[in-house]
Amino acid sequence: MADWTTVAYVYDGGFSGFLTCVYESYVHREAPACFAAPEDPRVTLWPERRVEAHEAHARRVYRSLGEKIAPGARALVARGFLTCLPERELWLWRFIQAGYRRGGAMLQDLADPLVSTLNKAVYQLNHEAHMYTGFVRFSEQSGVLVAEIAPKNRVLPVLRPHFCTRFSRETFVIYDRTYREALFYQPGRWAIVPLAEFRAAAPGETELDFRRLWRRFYDAIAIQDRVNPKLRMNNMPKRYWRLMTEFQTDPGEPPRALP
Amino acid sequence: MELMEKLEVLADAAKYDAACTSSGLHRGNRGGIGTTTMAGCCHSFSADGRCVTLLKVLLTNRCVYDCQYCVNRRSNDVRRAAFTPRELCELTMGFYRRNYIEGLFLSSAVWGSPDDTTERMIETLRLLREEYNFWGYIHAKAIPGADPLLTRRLGLLADRLSVNIELPSEASLRLLAPDKEKCAILRPMAQIRDGIQVSRQEVARYRHAPRFAPAGQSTQMIIGATPESDRHILTLTQGLYDKYRLKRVFYSAYLPVSDSGLLPARQGFQPPLLREHRLYQADWLLRFYHYRAEELLDEAHPDLSPLVDPKCSWALNHMEFFPVEVNTAEYEALLRVPGVGVTSARRILTARRCGSLTFEGLKRLGVVLKRAQYFLTCSGRRMEGLRVREDGVLRHLVALERPMLAQEAPEQLTLFDNTG
Repeated sequence: MADWTTVAYVYDGGFSGFLTCVYESYVHREAPACFAAPEDPRVTLWPERRVEAHEAHARRVYRSLGEKIAPGARALVARGFLTCLPERELWLWRFIQAGYRRGGAMLQDLADPLVSTLNKAVYQLNHEAHMYTGFVRFSEQSGVLVAEIAPKNRVLPVLRPHFCTRFSRETFVIYDRTYREALFYQPGRWAIVPLAEFRAAAPGETELDFRRLWRRFYDAIAIQDRVNPKLRMNNMPKRYWRLMTEFQTDPGEPPRALP
Repeated sequence: MELMEKLEVLADAAKYDAACTSSGLHRGNRGGIGTTTMAGCCHSFSADGRCVTLLKVLLTNRCVYDCQYCVNRRSNDVRRAAFTPRELCELTMGFYRRNYIEGLFLSSAVWGSPDDTTERMIETLRLLREEYNFWGYIHAKAIPGADPLLTRRLGLLADRLSVNIELPSEASLRLLAPDKEKCAILRPMAQIRDGIQVSRQEVARYRHAPRFAPAGQSTQMIIGATPESDRHILTLTQGLYDKYRLKRVFYSAYLPVSDSGLLPARQGFQPPLLREHRLYQADWLLRFYHYRAEELLDEAHPDLSPLVDPKCSWALNHMEFFPVEVNTAEYEALLRVPGVGVTSARRILTARRCGSLTFEGLKRLGVVLKRAQYFLTCSGRRMEGLRVREDGVLRHLVALERPMLAQEAPEQLTLFDNTG
């Protein structure tokens, strides 16, 4: 691979687009120096290659991950693509390249820097998604449940199955502020779509009642003799608090006395 | 009384129950609302740092008993309230739909007789399951002294059952909870254990057989109100795991809620939080690390060390067991190394098939080398630049632990020297 030329890839930012880049890099014998979106203002000194997502090529690469590396490699690459690891495409490309060479043993070599970096990033993604399964707070707006999240990783696709089975008879929306996309669900159908702006309507009276009840419960359940702010922050970092009912104040209510 | 006030009174009365888990059962969608997950899920953390996963309330806090350590004892002057089954169902559904909670934790003070109390609990859960079609997690308290048939019905509706053993010995129980008897507590525990076992066999044979307490049973006891040693408590815990097949034993540090002369004086009393923490650590060693209670503590050392965790403490007293060679050691031996947990031990087993491991590699696997370095070799070599002298190791491990204990003074452990 030493004789491969180095280029900068420009693609649409989607998963099929990325897999198509992998395909192109093998066809043209080019190693990527970086991956960028078309609107990315960064200027590189490397020659640029623009890649259009090609469904069949992407599928072929995706299939090859399972066949040439290991079935687990597919999941690792798919999840790895959702993480917020800096230069994640480059890490994934290097992993795929090494995986093709080494085969199934690659995934078991947990002490390998490539594998451990990706595993760690995916672990953090899964962990954040797990935290959000608990910390998402819905508000009811005329029968529809609405929630907002602000995650570091792109957790929405990971959260989807959990909420779709749990609330299979409800209609709900979860909006991701960081990645500006929303999960829409109604019985039997779901979709994750990009959404630039999202604004929740003002809560109704029942909704306000439940919020008040929940705050009252939250305050009552704490044992004063055991108060331990550090432990609470360890278990539930403050970045989650902003969008959680128990830390919010509704208009017309006394402000919450919190640290 | 208004619903808001009831919720406050009855949540306040239930909060001293330590158990708040929603784990042990995977159930997909059953057509109504709700699922449960194997690992459970925390929905919030209260100001004391404990997890809030279930709507933990009492059905009522009116009680006929007079247990000295309990806030709800009949001689205590507190506000009393009771939920109607429908109120509680509406509340649970409202909270669950907004993803505030994972389910309901239903307990109750004993009002009337244990049978009456259990019947009211059954009525609430039946309404929730059948009418509201709720399939989230339900943890119910079995009331000692209730008819076994009622306990069985409760277990068919709930996912997890628990009976509180309350205090670690019979003598303490007789002293502080004169209305409760040891055998009255252990009887439902045995019944639940047998019920779970029979139900498992039936479900294996007939898929739609009714499931009795499918997420198992747990219990809890109060630590520090009575003079039992840690050794006594751990041996009891181990017995409960072995004989009663419990999923969990919870410890609850005694909080001064009473002025009774039988209990530690309220003035200046510090709840033994560190001791509780150490007991939980030891409990983990029993459940996941293949330790036995008699290995951790003996006649000469009846209490856990406040300075280092029980695993380090065991390692320091058994230096002949170490160092463990990472590349050849068995899983059980790796688990004994401080700084190596269940996850990293499994990772070591997987990773070393691809080639021998180095200290650099161990770090990438998630092994805490700050601790583990004293107890490991990689291909026969110690970590570079490391000198191992026994007192030095102890000093270093204690220093590592100190920042985590910033809030607590270790003196609290000697509390019972003059009362015991």
